Amino acid sequence: MARAATTTDVFNAVAEPRRRQILDVLVGGERPVNDLVRVLELGQPQVSKHLRVLREVGLVDVRDEGRQRLYRCNGPALKPIHDWVKGYERLWEERFGELDAVLEELGQGEGDAQQRNRDGDPSDR
Amino acid sequence: MPSSATATVTLPTDEEILIARDFDAPRHLVWKAWTTPELVRRWWSGRRGEVTSAEIDLRVGGSWRYVMLAHGEFEVAFHGTFQEIVPEERIVTTEVYEGMPGPSEDAVVNVVTFTEDGGRTHLDLLVRCMSKEIRDAILESGMEAGMQESYDALEEVAISLR
Repeated sequence: MARAATTTDVFNAVAEPRRRQILDVLVGGERPVNDLVRVLELGQPQVSKHLRVLREVGLVDVRDEGRQRLYRCNGPALKPIHDWVKGYERLWEERFGELDAVLEELGQGEGDAQQRNRDGDPSDR
Repeated sequence: MPSSATATVTLPTDEEILIARDFDAPRHLVWKAWTTPELVRRWWSGRRGEVTSAEIDLRVGGSWRYVMLAHGEFEVAFHGTFQEIVPEERIVTTEVYEGMPGPSEDAVVNVVTFTEDGGRTHLDLLVRCMSKEIRDAILESGMEAGMQESYDALEEVAISLR
């Protein structure tokens, strides 16, 4: 029963580092399983097992071309994860936006101080 | 502001969140803005409210506490203890969300690193959680708050960044 979640939920599917690695490779384009075996340096049974999980949650699609099976990443299936992280990212985006303004002011203050030093009269202004 | 001034959030492991961002400012200024209470008050709430209190005792074993009045309605407070401080380079601190029930004294450890390159500063904030559940709860809270955000507010930030 505990394993059921792994194969039905996008979040759990990408919780496995190897599966994230597979997605990273597939984002670059369609690949046959042998390519993945080589890049990940894993045995084919393990890679196939991970691919099966990714296919079951719709993150990876497969098609036959001649004698090869080609796997590809299904981007839209990643959207729930993207949305989930996005709100948190936006919070930091806002904070850093405000921080930029603070830094700009600090930088200007420093520029003024340097200018005063060059002018040779720090008490001026 | 250059287009690289965009925060990225990634999930390196099940228990971690990595927030990264480049700043168009030298490292000593980013450090100053990060560790000076009067300056923290100006940025830490983002566009979601007002920082009503920021206390920082910047030494190993010293504590910090930030309080924000969110959307003028409710207070949220965080506090922690500094575990490691390398001036202008690295801060390791615990972070506790005071709204969280239960003994969560070491629920989260933040590792902040500042690196300078050609007058610009790269900041990494690694949030280490005790469990995947806590990590996910933190991400969820961001989403909730994010949903309340209007695009107008975002645009304002964009304009202020020029």
